[in-house]
Amino acid sequence: MARRDDDANSVFTRRALVLSGAGLLGFGALTARLYKLQILESDRYRGLSDENQFNYQLLAPSRGRILDRDGVPLAQNADNFRLLLEPEQVPDLDDLLERLAKITPLPDDTRARIKKAVKRRSKSSTVVLVENLDWAEFAAANLHLPELPGVRPEVSELRVYPDGVSMAHVLGYVGRVPEELQTDEPLLRHPGFRIGRTGAEKALDKTLRGSAGALKVEVSALGRVVRELPDPATVAKSGADVVLTLDQRIQNFAAKRLEGMSAAVCAIDIETGAVPVLLSTPGFDPNLFARGISGPDYKALLDDEFKPLFNKALGGTYPPASCFKPVVALAALQHGVTDSHQRIRCTGKIKLGDREFHCWKRRGHGPVNLLGAIGTSCDIYFYEMARRLGIDRLRDAAREFGFGENFNLGLGGGSSGLVPDQAWKRARFGTSWSQGETLIAGIGQGYLAATPIQLAVMTARLASGRKVVPHLIKGQEAPEFEDVSYSLAALGAARAGMIAVCEAPWGTAHRMGGLGLDDLKMAGKTGTGQVRRITKVERDDRVRKNKELPWALRDHALFVSYAPADAPRYAVSVVVEHGGGGSVVAAPPARDILRELLKDDPAVIERLVVSGTPKTGSAT
Amino acid sequence: MSEFRVARLERTVPMLTRFMRINGVLVVLLCIAAMTGVMVLYSIADGSWTPRAAQHGVRFAVSLLVMLGLAVFDIRWWMSLAYPAYIVTLLLLVGVELVGVKVMGAQRWLDVGPIRIQPAEIMKLTLVLALARYYHGLAIDRATSLRHIALPALMIGVPVLLILRQPDLGTAMLVGATGAAIVFLAGLSWRIIIIGAIAGVVGGITFLIFGLHDYQRARIETFLNPESDPLGAGYHILQSKIALGSGGLAGKGFLGGTQSHLNFLPEKQTDFVFTALGEEFGFIGTLSVLALYVLILFTGMMIAGRSRHSFGRLAAAGVCVTFSLYVLVNISMVMGLIPVVGVPLPLISYGGTVMLAVMIGFALVMNVHIFRDAELPSGRGFFL
Repeated sequence: MARRDDDANSVFTRRALVLSGAGLLGFGALTARLYKLQILESDRYRGLSDENQFNYQLLAPSRGRILDRDGVPLAQNADNFRLLLEPEQVPDLDDLLERLAKITPLPDDTRARIKKAVKRRSKSSTVVLVENLDWAEFAAANLHLPELPGVRPEVSELRVYPDGVSMAHVLGYVGRVPEELQTDEPLLRHPGFRIGRTGAEKALDKTLRGSAGALKVEVSALGRVVRELPDPATVAKSGADVVLTLDQRIQNFAAKRLEGMSAAVCAIDIETGAVPVLLSTPGFDPNLFARGISGPDYKALLDDEFKPLFNKALGGTYPPASCFKPVVALAALQHGVTDSHQRIRCTGKIKLGDREFHCWKRRGHGPVNLLGAIGTSCDIYFYEMARRLGIDRLRDAAREFGFGENFNLGLGGGSSGLVPDQAWKRARFGTSWSQGETLIAGIGQGYLAATPIQLAVMTARLASGRKVVPHLIKGQEAPEFEDVSYSLAALGAARAGMIAVCEAPWGTAHRMGGLGLDDLKMAGKTGTGQVRRITKVERDDRVRKNKELPWALRDHALFVSYAPADAPRYAVSVVVEHGGGGSVVAAPPARDILRELLKDDPAVIERLVVSGTPKTGSAT
Repeated sequence: MSEFRVARLERTVPMLTRFMRINGVLVVLLCIAAMTGVMVLYSIADGSWTPRAAQHGVRFAVSLLVMLGLAVFDIRWWMSLAYPAYIVTLLLLVGVELVGVKVMGAQRWLDVGPIRIQPAEIMKLTLVLALARYYHGLAIDRATSLRHIALPALMIGVPVLLILRQPDLGTAMLVGATGAAIVFLAGLSWRIIIIGAIAGVVGGITFLIFGLHDYQRARIETFLNPESDPLGAGYHILQSKIALGSGGLAGKGFLGGTQSHLNFLPEKQTDFVFTALGEEFGFIGTLSVLALYVLILFTGMMIAGRSRHSFGRLAAAGVCVTFSLYVLVNISMVMGLIPVVGVPLPLISYGGTVMLAVMIGFALVMNVHIFRDAELPSGRGFFL
């Protein structure tokens, strides 16, 4: 027994040593491996560990405000009360949405969007539940937070345009960064970041945007933030405020005045080139875009016949029509093809070869001189002047007064209109210029096309004799304006004609009754831009009235003006698309806007006080 | 050697003497290991006793009492229970196959009244007991013979196959390896061992190719190339290596492990507890833990060697083999040396069943120590 046991024991001992040796070898291998991991490769793994542990969260900067010339905010930021959802913490989404619906209405499409977002995204990413809650709803949500697992309230920034529609085209709006603009810059990829998409928001985006900050955060394996480690060196820098030349009150006044029309208004401070009013109606609510416009709303804007998304003031091109006549008169005097006394007999039509050119007044004005021709807007007179001048001199005059130049005021887009000449026609149509086309250009029709801002520039240049360049953004003023290359005498005659339009009893815009600011006088020029060809048959019978035509075939109503006539301060142009006659439709709103502008002008106020008249109200 | 043995074989050992003979060194070492576990679990919970650290300590205390209680039972009692216990465990494994509870795709648990047990864990111990009992009654020359290989092979093979079907590759290999180690220690001839090894390799390769479940195959594939899919299945191994590696020499300090605190570590309380430890205490810490395990095993093997009966030697050594396999497999696994197989780190990982199983194993070792000089019957019968 003992013998056998000892045998077994010695076998066991030998084998146990073998086994222990193997075991020790195993432990030795583990030690070697640990040494490699923890000593030799430690630096590498520590780096990986830090990568795991820390994340840099982008802090979106606060966007700069856009202010009017008096510092009234036109675009600012408001608190966006919103609720976010951490899907991984939600046991029952349907139940949660049911509870949430008791706090804030949850339409079916919102629910569908949330469910889709939760389904699509990985469990660890945040989903926006609802945005732009009012304070009561937000407070209620916070109160009920314990019953809403996974819901996280957050206050973020929302772009707000207090004036809404009236500023839409000037300010533009902000929106999500579109795919094509996404670069490597992390800020552009930040989900909460909004970029200027149109208007001043787009043009001034770099200034308004500011610079992003970074927040070092400790994150868990699920990406959840465990701890924030703020560093003052990496805070976000807010964007700078931008000041526009716009006058908030008068812009809104203009918007109200032209409500319901498809129109454009431009006002220019003749002394500085500042633009206090730049309006295109109808507009749209930029707030809708900033919040994310719905598909149907956007489609409605796109389909609207009045093109609310288009800035007509800078990009709409119209025949300047009779508004161009003062420039033609000026050129005629400058080049000596007439003088201020010479009379032209208007019989209602003029023959050139076998073509007849008609005056708007069928029976004719009789003999008219330059003053009378501008005041009554006689077409025959200007056909004759155009014939005498030729297209090249007309073109040069048009250019001198701003036609053909794109004044987009730094907002991008815009149009330079069209100033035709022989070379242009040959290049465009391959045919030679005809004299008839020169005549048509003399009354601002035909190929000639101008934008409302160009019309305002033309008026400002006529009024001041200097080449006024408009600007909308403070700090983008043009240097000293140079003088136009036309004589003072010629300018004076043209201005006299424009004053006659408004102030002479026979003037085309006299019926509206002047400026209405004591004895301050205004100058202007009506225009009726023809958009259709009037056939011989129709003319022989009876020219149809605008009211009898479909909207898109009616004449454009135009009016350009400046005031005070003796010390020009503001120039205003109004174009009402297919509005009919300029004197009836476009002139009164232009006059009212001029009056509002002048009422705030210190020099004008002084004159009114001296003459004892208190500030008058709106149109009488 | 017998000249140096002063003591005669003992027929009985008085109860007081049994308590006197309790190996204090082993108890202290086990306590240190368990307290290490408490400390790591405390840290993982961001410095909180709940939910696991205190529980771990309490479980160890209870297990220690159970161990000491079982250790002073007469060794003949252990012997006589070896076969019945083995058969009962085998039946439980069959029970798992029939009515087991599925948890995370594997059918390993058996609901027995209020508690849920893992028969495979129990099998590790009862197989050791049964094999030790079998070889105790067998002459050394016969232990080497091929004819007497059949029964132990069956005793090992049947539970291994049952566990494989659960499926639990890790435990199956552990049980198989433990059994093989005991057969080896019992004196199987080298010739048979070599033949068996060749057969085992061939069989193993065949199994790897045809017998693996998809999840097992995925584990092996990610093991071979963990960095290829860092956020997928290789994630565990990679994050575990990052935790260990970033610990460096001295570690990030107690409560300072970012990988574990920020939840980058998978199953950090259980199978991957070693990485949490390595992150906070560095190479010094991991080496200390390895040294602690080596000391425990050394003590256990010394006890086995001191036993004057085959049953004691094989049983104590068997427990040590199981224990060392736990440690080696777990640490190799978390370092990415072998695929993730779900083997806990004994005494440190959180887990009641494993804790109790390990401590009952050491109860057997302690029992062998107390009854090292006992005169045992040859035990050819079922009970004795």
